[in-house]
Amino acid sequence: MKPRGSLSAFAERNGIPVTLYLLTCVGIWVFLLVLLPQVTMLDYSFRANLPPSKVGGPEDVYTLEHYRYFLLGSSANPDGWNALDIGVLVKTLVAALFVTLFDLAICYPVAFLLAKGVRGGGARLLILALIVPFWVNEILRAFAFRILFGATGVLNETGMMLGLWEAPIDFIGSDVALYAGLGYAYILLMIFPLYNAIESLDSNQLEAARDMGASWAQVHRRVVIPYAKPGIASGCTMVFMLSAGALAAPQILGGPSNLWFTQLVYQWFNSGGNWPRGSAYAIILLVVCVGFVMFMMRVFRVSIGAIGR
Amino acid sequence: MTKEVGLSHVTVEFGDYTAVDDAHLTIAGGEFFSFLGPSGCGKTTILRCISGFQEPSYGKLLIGGRDMRGIGPNKRPTALIFQNLALFPLMSVAENIAFPLEVRGVGKKERRRRADELLELIALPGQGDKRVDALSGGQKQRVAIARALAVEPDILLLDEPLSALDLKLRQHMRTELRAIQKQVGLTFIYITHDQGEALTMSDRVAVMSRGKIQQVADPATVYNAPATGFVASFVGENNMFEGRIAAPAGPDGTAEVDLGLGARVRVQAAPGLGAGEAVQVFVRPEALEPGGTAPNRLTARLEKVEFEGAMRHLLLRAADGTALRVSQVNTGGDAGPGPDAPVELGFAPAQAIALPPSELARAG
Repeated sequence: MKPRGSLSAFAERNGIPVTLYLLTCVGIWVFLLVLLPQVTMLDYSFRANLPPSKVGGPEDVYTLEHYRYFLLGSSANPDGWNALDIGVLVKTLVAALFVTLFDLAICYPVAFLLAKGVRGGGARLLILALIVPFWVNEILRAFAFRILFGATGVLNETGMMLGLWEAPIDFIGSDVALYAGLGYAYILLMIFPLYNAIESLDSNQLEAARDMGASWAQVHRRVVIPYAKPGIASGCTMVFMLSAGALAAPQILGGPSNLWFTQLVYQWFNSGGNWPRGSAYAIILLVVCVGFVMFMMRVFRVSIGAIGR
Repeated sequence: MTKEVGLSHVTVEFGDYTAVDDAHLTIAGGEFFSFLGPSGCGKTTILRCISGFQEPSYGKLLIGGRDMRGIGPNKRPTALIFQNLALFPLMSVAENIAFPLEVRGVGKKERRRRADELLELIALPGQGDKRVDALSGGQKQRVAIARALAVEPDILLLDEPLSALDLKLRQHMRTELRAIQKQVGLTFIYITHDQGEALTMSDRVAVMSRGKIQQVADPATVYNAPATGFVASFVGENNMFEGRIAAPAGPDGTAEVDLGLGARVRVQAAPGLGAGEAVQVFVRPEALEPGGTAPNRLTARLEKVEFEGAMRHLLLRAADGTALRVSQVNTGGDAGPGPDAPVELGFAPAQAIALPPSELARAG
């Protein structure tokens, strides 16, 4: 083998078996687990919903019907727009954005404290305290939140016992439980990128800024936050994407009148029995989310490369 | 405007460890004052006390006569220059310099005007829009100074700011720092482990060891008349001999001392040292002279000659095993004595000092 290119150099250093193993793993990961399902989904989304007997027949043609349905609703729709589904998508995005900002507000102080405030053993203990609750599985955690926020839940019982309010507050119907559940589900994904970014900031810069007369608010605004921007972007992106794509928490914690866009996708796949339409809805969610994140990154002047750091 | 800084019996404890032990001194307004000592001697802790990042466990810190307890670093009339400078990498040079003004709510135009003025002072005119990364080490140094001067502090604190620079630049910056200090007339408090820096720039130096201030004096006094064995051995090179007082100091300030290596010499000594007391005698390598006519005589065997350009160092060993070092100005031609040759050395009483024994003293 001629020693040419980084791959052959790698093979020379580590041996052919290792190289083949790595190539296979990466290949399976990228092709089988990422690319193929998405491409299949994309393909599905442009197909008509046919019974199995008609698949491959003359009616099995590519169509924009499902995307048209998302925008305009059924052909019988009088007002022209599918206000319901578009509304659910917009509401999902706004809610996911809210969850992201909520998490950022909670996690920034924690990450800062973790990175610059506590030393040695204290930091390890704090990290442990953050991680251990996530050993409880997601569904269980969602139900625990439901119990906590329910009409006869701990929160209502305590509040009424203390005389803070008279009748039980409908935390679930007003989506408080949903936001709390979603917010809590992704705090680690927010804390760790923030922690990573802030941790590498030279502590002397904080002291220098303090020494030059900056208040703590100014230190954060001018020194810490600009420095941690890639970490903030990375955390926000993950939390936003995962919140917008969450299913279990909205299913369990969402109010009866409140639909998350993923629930629509789920309905089309399951009770609706319309896989192509479900696929189209999933693709719409993906594209809109990616577009929104790219737009926000443009607004805040973060490059995509910075997120990987 | 300048203000004096007073340390009134300042002690700083971290748990069981005493970082600063009863520091008591006054730094005059407009003075260039250095704290000199090896790492871990407590000099940085003193600096952090003055800047406000550390409160003394006991004692008081006064700036301009005012007790600073409870006053945060952002409220003190001090500006600190960090060892690694701590410039803000995401801001331009001008933004860095104007940062102290920005946080005080000074308008953008005025900030820029003041930044340009300071860039003029540090001889970097028109470089305000550069990124900090684009500057050389010495330029960054000067930007850090300009930033510290932006709000016209009363006291400038410098924590080994030259240690990251190479030798030539370091020497150049010494001169420059001193010139800037003269120009702005502020009190400079300088922390360093580099005696060269401390001696060349300072009006006065405080030599520290293990949390204790050993001596506060002008550079010449610190070098010529060290107060303790630690100062004698830490500042400059020194030969150290163990000995005992044979005759206490008379009115001329010199005492007779029997050296362990078997010679009786006459050296400077404090009057308090009585006959029979153990002492350490320090003689500078440049005070020892092969041959000559000085009254104090020692004999040693030459082991090695180190050639260092302008200077030449003879490494010798006395009969009892004591290592000696003699430094001579290189005058060219003369090759000096050959190896293994017995050499007779002389030194004047005025150039040697006997001090109470200190475990901190190490033979030069």
